Amino acid sequence: MATRVPGPLTLQETPAPERQVVASVQGLTRRFGERTVLDRLDLEVARGEFIALLGRSGSGKSTLLRALAGLDGEAEGGLSVTGSVAVAFQEPRLVPWKRVHANITLGLAVPNPKENADAALAEVGLSERAGAWPLTLSGGEAQRASLARALVREPDLLLLDEPFSALDALTRITIHQLVLQLWSAHRPSVLLVTHDVDEALLLADRVLVLDAGRIAHESVISAERPRHRDHPDLTSLRTTLLSALGVSPEGTS
Amino acid sequence: MAVLELETPVQAETRPAPRAQRRRLGGKAWQRWISPLALVVAWQVASSTGLLPTRLLAAPSTIAATAVELIQTGTLPTAIAVSLQRVLIGFAAGALSGVGLALISGLSRKGENAVDPIMQMLRALPFFGLIPLFILWFGIGETPKVLLVALAVSFPLYLNTFAGIRGVDGKLAEVARTLGLGRAQLIRHIVLPGALPQTLVGLRQSLGVAWLALIVAEQVNANAGLGYMINDAREFLRTDVIVVGLLVYSALGLLTDALVRLLERRALTWRREFLAR
Ligand SMILES: Nc1ncnc2c1ncn2[C@@H]1O[C@H](COP(=O)(O)OP(=O)(O)OP(=O)(O)O)[C@@H](O)[C@H]1O
Ligand SMILES: [Mg+2]
Repeated sequence: MATRVPGPLTLQETPAPERQVVASVQGLTRRFGERTVLDRLDLEVARGEFIALLGRSGSGKSTLLRALAGLDGEAEGGLSVTGSVAVAFQEPRLVPWKRVHANITLGLAVPNPKENADAALAEVGLSERAGAWPLTLSGGEAQRASLARALVREPDLLLLDEPFSALDALTRITIHQLVLQLWSAHRPSVLLVTHDVDEALLLADRVLVLDAGRIAHESVISAERPRHRDHPDLTSLRTTLLSALGVSPEGTS
Repeated sequence: MAVLELETPVQAETRPAPRAQRRRLGGKAWQRWISPLALVVAWQVASSTGLLPTRLLAAPSTIAATAVELIQTGTLPTAIAVSLQRVLIGFAAGALSGVGLALISGLSRKGENAVDPIMQMLRALPFFGLIPLFILWFGIGETPKVLLVALAVSFPLYLNTFAGIRGVDGKLAEVARTLGLGRAQLIRHIVLPGALPQTLVGLRQSLGVAWLALIVAEQVNANAGLGYMINDAREFLRTDVIVVGLLVYSALGLLTDALVRLLERRALTWRREFLAR
């Protein structure tokens, strides 16, 4: 099932099954007026793959995610997404006039949406706030609700745009584990945007760095999960990634 | 018309200060009654001493007695019933057409192109100026009165509902799309609830003008209702009856306003709890 992609984008056939591709982007270009934010970008997301996307602020990470979510009618180039997509946006974007649980079940086409929502809220540690109005949630709570709304859909492709940015260190660790758990249970492809190199190293199979409108760097991480921060492979990768981001690693480790 | 209480969240941030102030005043609420009471007392004294002739304005005591009498003889209840019926029918018709047209023009570009220019043109008409035409077209029965109320009601509701629909956050529409909602569900779950706060602002404005339109329509020609009672009283120099009529008008206005506020409180809980923080 190909998703509807608006605008001048072209749909493509599903590739051969050996390495199933859930999303493929070819020569994707996105301009805002004079500025070219994405410049002939190529990307393939394999089924079940966990990708972390790094990049400076304003490098176009959210723009790429919007295109993958089928929300950008003005991007040019080839883009095809197979299967269902769920998004947790950079801002939580909860519907303010629906209580938290109703936000989770909105558009959820399963036999028992209520139960699934309760389970998802329990997973992100938000059961107590299920009946709350979104405007009364704290930043981190809203982010977790938004995450639950995406997770509960069990999509083929999960797009997460800095979903942990408002969480404290402890909650973040819990949610990392939760995401890894859900990922190994349902095996969706995940594209996680983050500013945190360590987060990328702990979670992803593949770390990409977006720069000047293209994927400027790619690191494959084969270390077993759960990973420890001080794993020697990770330490060297960290240095590589930081320099790819243009940061000297001193003082960060 | 009462002051609108609805505020956008942005304005709400500046709100805590006046709120706290009001609470401080709340303890001495009786102080606010001193000056109105003094005014009534002065009025009564002026009337009793003959300083204020009954021909111009009846004494408060006379007015109170007249009110009781009008209620007991059934004159006032009948008049209220007639006027209320006009307002209700006119309001229902006006609200239906105002909100209906706003939906048509708010939900599609085609609809907007068809409806909005006409509404913007008609809006510029001073609708009380239409009374002579209405009388020519519909005579002096109930129709012109109800129509005038309907017309007055439909514009604030149209304009506010339209603005409300168009003001719905596009980011939420994107969310709806990624959640797989179709167009009908988008309208039901996102667009209409999102437009509701602004529609309620329109509702409150339209109820204000509804009473105004009724008063104007009833002054011109009527053989029943509050306006008729007032006009009739003028011919017999019964200033007491006139004042009773006016008081009833304002009481009814306040009552409908309170009803809308109640509705707002129930429909916008999601926002109220946020404002109350
Ligand atoms: N609708 C728009 N109109 C004009 N410019 C836009 C629009 N959306 C994004 N941009 C610009 O495109 C660039 C990339 O934006 P994007 O949101 O993708 O950045 P990002 O990598 O997600 O950054 P951050 O890490 O800060 O979230 C930015 O410079 C932004 O100003
Ligand atoms: Mg972003």
